[in-house]
Amino acid sequence: MNNFLLMRDEFVLLGIILLLLVVEILLTDKDKKNVVGIATGLFALHTAFGFMPLGEGSMFGGSFQTTHLHHNMKNILNVGVLILLLQTWTWARVKWSNRNRLTEFYIILFSTVLGMYYMISAGDFLMFFLGLELASLPVAGLVAFDLAKKRSAEAGVKFILMAGVSSAVMLFGISLIYGITGSIYFTEVAQSFHLTGLSAIALLMFMSGLAFKISLVPFHFWTPDVYEGAPVPVSSFLSVISKAAAVFAMILILFQIGKGMTTVWKPALFWLAILTMTVGNLFALRQKNMKRFLAFSSVAQAGFILMGILAFDEMGLTSVIYFSAIYIFSNLATFGVVQVISLKTGKEQMDDYNGLYRTNPKLALVMLLGLFSLAGIPPVAGFFGKFFLFMSAAAHNYYLLVIIGVINVTISLYYYLLVVRAMFLRKSDKPIAFFKNEWPVQIGLALSVIGILVLGMYSPFYEYILQLASN
Amino acid sequence: MDFKFTIWILILPTLVFLFTGLLGKKMPAKISGWIGTASMATAMLLAYKTAYEYFFQVGFVDGIRPTIFAYKEVWMKFTDTLVFDMGILIDPISVLMLVVVTTVSFLVHLYSIGYMHGDQGYYKFFSFLSLFSVSMLALVVATNIFQIYFFWELVGVSSYLLIGFYYDKPSAVSAAKKAFIVTRFADLGFLIGILLLSFHAGTFDFMTLVSEDGPLLAQTAPPVFMGLSIFGVALSLIFVGGAGKSAMFPLHIWLPDAMEGPTPVSALIHAATMVVAGVYLVARLFPAFQGVDGGAVLHLVAWTGAISSLFAAIIAMTQDDIKRVLAYSTMSQIGYMMLALGVSGMEGHHGLGYMASMFHLFTHAMFKALLFLGAGSVIHAVHSNLMKDMGGLRKYMPITHITFLIACLAISGVPPFSGFFSKDEILAAAFEQNKILFAIEYAVAGLTAFYMFRIYFGIFWGKETVYKHTPHESPLTMSLPLLILAIATVFIGFIPFGHFVTADRALYDIHIDPMMAGASVGVGLIGILVAYILYKKESTLADGVSEMFGQGYTWAKDKFYMDEVYQFFAHKMMFAGVAAPVAWIDKNIVDGFMNGIGWITETFSMMLEDWQSGRVRQYAFSFILGLLVIIFAVLYLNGIIDFKG
Repeated sequence: MNNFLLMRDEFVLLGIILLLLVVEILLTDKDKKNVVGIATGLFALHTAFGFMPLGEGSMFGGSFQTTHLHHNMKNILNVGVLILLLQTWTWARVKWSNRNRLTEFYIILFSTVLGMYYMISAGDFLMFFLGLELASLPVAGLVAFDLAKKRSAEAGVKFILMAGVSSAVMLFGISLIYGITGSIYFTEVAQSFHLTGLSAIALLMFMSGLAFKISLVPFHFWTPDVYEGAPVPVSSFLSVISKAAAVFAMILILFQIGKGMTTVWKPALFWLAILTMTVGNLFALRQKNMKRFLAFSSVAQAGFILMGILAFDEMGLTSVIYFSAIYIFSNLATFGVVQVISLKTGKEQMDDYNGLYRTNPKLALVMLLGLFSLAGIPPVAGFFGKFFLFMSAAAHNYYLLVIIGVINVTISLYYYLLVVRAMFLRKSDKPIAFFKNEWPVQIGLALSVIGILVLGMYSPFYEYILQLASN
Repeated sequence: MDFKFTIWILILPTLVFLFTGLLGKKMPAKISGWIGTASMATAMLLAYKTAYEYFFQVGFVDGIRPTIFAYKEVWMKFTDTLVFDMGILIDPISVLMLVVVTTVSFLVHLYSIGYMHGDQGYYKFFSFLSLFSVSMLALVVATNIFQIYFFWELVGVSSYLLIGFYYDKPSAVSAAKKAFIVTRFADLGFLIGILLLSFHAGTFDFMTLVSEDGPLLAQTAPPVFMGLSIFGVALSLIFVGGAGKSAMFPLHIWLPDAMEGPTPVSALIHAATMVVAGVYLVARLFPAFQGVDGGAVLHLVAWTGAISSLFAAIIAMTQDDIKRVLAYSTMSQIGYMMLALGVSGMEGHHGLGYMASMFHLFTHAMFKALLFLGAGSVIHAVHSNLMKDMGGLRKYMPITHITFLIACLAISGVPPFSGFFSKDEILAAAFEQNKILFAIEYAVAGLTAFYMFRIYFGIFWGKETVYKHTPHESPLTMSLPLLILAIATVFIGFIPFGHFVTADRALYDIHIDPMMAGASVGVGLIGILVAYILYKKESTLADGVSEMFGQGYTWAKDKFYMDEVYQFFAHKMMFAGVAAPVAWIDKNIVDGFMNGIGWITETFSMMLEDWQSGRVRQYAFSFILGLLVIIFAVLYLNGIIDFKG
């Protein structure tokens, strides 16, 4: 029984989901908007509770495993989700309270987070696949949440179709792996998974499913369309939480089964990394719509993360987790600003941001810090995140990758500065008028900024991850 | 003796930056200026205290000046051996830089109180100035190469803010971006160099990197590229970063444009501090540059310096914008410093170049800041940067006139002004090492005297311009810094610099070789004389001479079409579909997608557009196709399949 407590995070979240169902029934229509507060409050408690220490071990014969590393990956996701919930406060209350669909939003969202927990903690392919599907299918519902909007529905369909393709390919890969090794448990697979033509094909097919979730080129095509069509909070969720969870899952699984197969996945990831950052950047250069812009920027960022995965040692693992955490905060900051502006004014084009600093200096500053962090400019955290990734790659002699990466950082600097220029240096005849955000939204934005500043300045965080990764 | 108090040199400007940045809007404009100036004055006094205690109380230990770590804290542990430190390192060159940076920064603060009077963003300006100062100060006291890189980038950011300060002016904004992106591009080299160096040497720490039995100098690594070992390659890349910040050819293109910023900013950033960061970097790693691969990288440094100084001097002769003349002159003088480092050895007399380079850095900081501030004073009075709008100003602005003259004499190498002493040593050092380099620098000395006196006569003598508003001398806050710098320019040449800063840190007595001194003064005087004949009185002589040089004059005036060359290459790159290097000249991209690059870009964009069509079928196809390509490639790489049949 004691063992069951290892699934504490999962149980608590499941409890919250069930509780929300009950709340939905009990609340009268008039009070429906209180769901926002209840759901956010419950998740805040869950996040805080999550930081309580948790043991290490496995359950169900190794299907489910947890260590401090797994646990803290979930904590990182939790913090991200919490910030997102705070930022979406006004959106949810204003837009959905009278339509009886508010609770749905939270239930679906939390279900996907639950799926991510299982992805991370999976000890075998079955558990992993279930987690992945739980984290993917409901997302389609989120993407199409704005049913009244044609684009939102279209994006939902696109997502589910593409997710279907990727799941099919991945499942095929898994079945091949099962055929080769006779097991679905990572530990057993690792022992008999050696380089053959078939095993190489199997592993690559399996990985393509994750590549889809991380939006690696050429598996990224859905990204901009879906981000643009989906409601902004959902785009934010996809670009941040969903991507980070998939990155965590990929690196964990590769560490468990990839040792004997480095000649297969390393060159694949090497070229994917180069393609992803370059193509993502080239597309981002030309975007005029902020959501599409951030979509391509997030594609490019994923390319950098691969550098750390390629390093394939504790340093690489640490830099990947560290960078992901920083990336979560940075992207939440930028998406948060885009979201509140989109909600208040409906404006989503880069030109609409001209002169933002004059009218809404605080928002402009939050955006500035987020963009600086994404661009990797000191002293904000993104600088360190990138630096560590480059160092881990350089340590394993991936100089070509480092050079291309650094060139890409310079390009990205250029287009991030475009937004900065619009906000700070350009004037506009019709600037976005000053508006005030509700306090939870302000807290959400403030938290992301604090994250950007503190993760860079405060080094024990990095050292703690390194210590976890070393085990 | 501990130097714990030195931390306040960094803390004070940081506090001012936060304070004026956050609260500046809410208080009277003047206050932010005075707070900034007062804090910088305190920092300057602390820097002097540091210098006094270090040079006179600590003195020599075993005949050499020691390295002292006032602070050295672990910031982040990357691995057990590779650690990021933050700290304060006290040694001759860092103390020298502390003195230079705080002094110039203080005077620029004081000057700006008058110069920026009535400007909308008054408090913001002072807040940015503090940010810049603290980044620069933290850079010079860095204990390791990571810290220097960190603040190096921060210096870039704050200079971006300062150059683009007049954000209503599109030219200022684009200049700021150009400066940021070109230097950032050079920093690619720096970053990769750091990564290479730290991994092969296993440390970021300067002390370990430059120590004789350290991993860098004790190991002999096999050559990997053009006869250079991996360390040589790393140092070359690091030098590229330094060359970018120090505006060395061909990475100099941002410097003239950066003159769009407020003039005090130019005096601070483009005369005394940021632009010499590259020189400082080479000096900081000098034993490594000197020891690795038998000093091969130093040849690169020397020739880059020589070419830059000649190139810039030629262009400077043709510019009409006085700030641009000063910008090219800065580039030229920094070329001198690089060259001096490049021809230097380690011990005793062989280390002359190193000493001369640092000496010139010191004297140049003073007289170039003076020239910029003097130019600012003139611009303030006549509201124009162009020489054609000036003339005969000596009558209206006596203080500016005299101080400007002193600075011109100093940069021309006329004794007893400070520039004479340092330049003379550089020429002597070059003469002993390489006669060609010496010849170049000798010629540049003449050109320098010529173009400086060209603008001197053009501004203060020449034609009697009729002014709409009678120009008047600047207020005391502006003229006082001029006077202080002028006094410094007269006297600091007499400092026995070899007693303080030398390559091997031992005591060295400067000997002035009368032959060399005579020759260098001679060529300077000839330059001045030619300028006198051509520009003292309004005459057609100057135009006649420039006609005589015909095409050459036009080339030089158009800066040898360097900007165009960059554009040409950038376009070529776009052809290949690699947008990367284009980022450094931003005008093409900024407006390029709309008008500049034409149909090539259009086609390219269209290609991309088609790719991202919105059709799910096509996305799924790409997914499967991509996967298949990867599978085949990986199988091929692993030798499981081959395509030969």
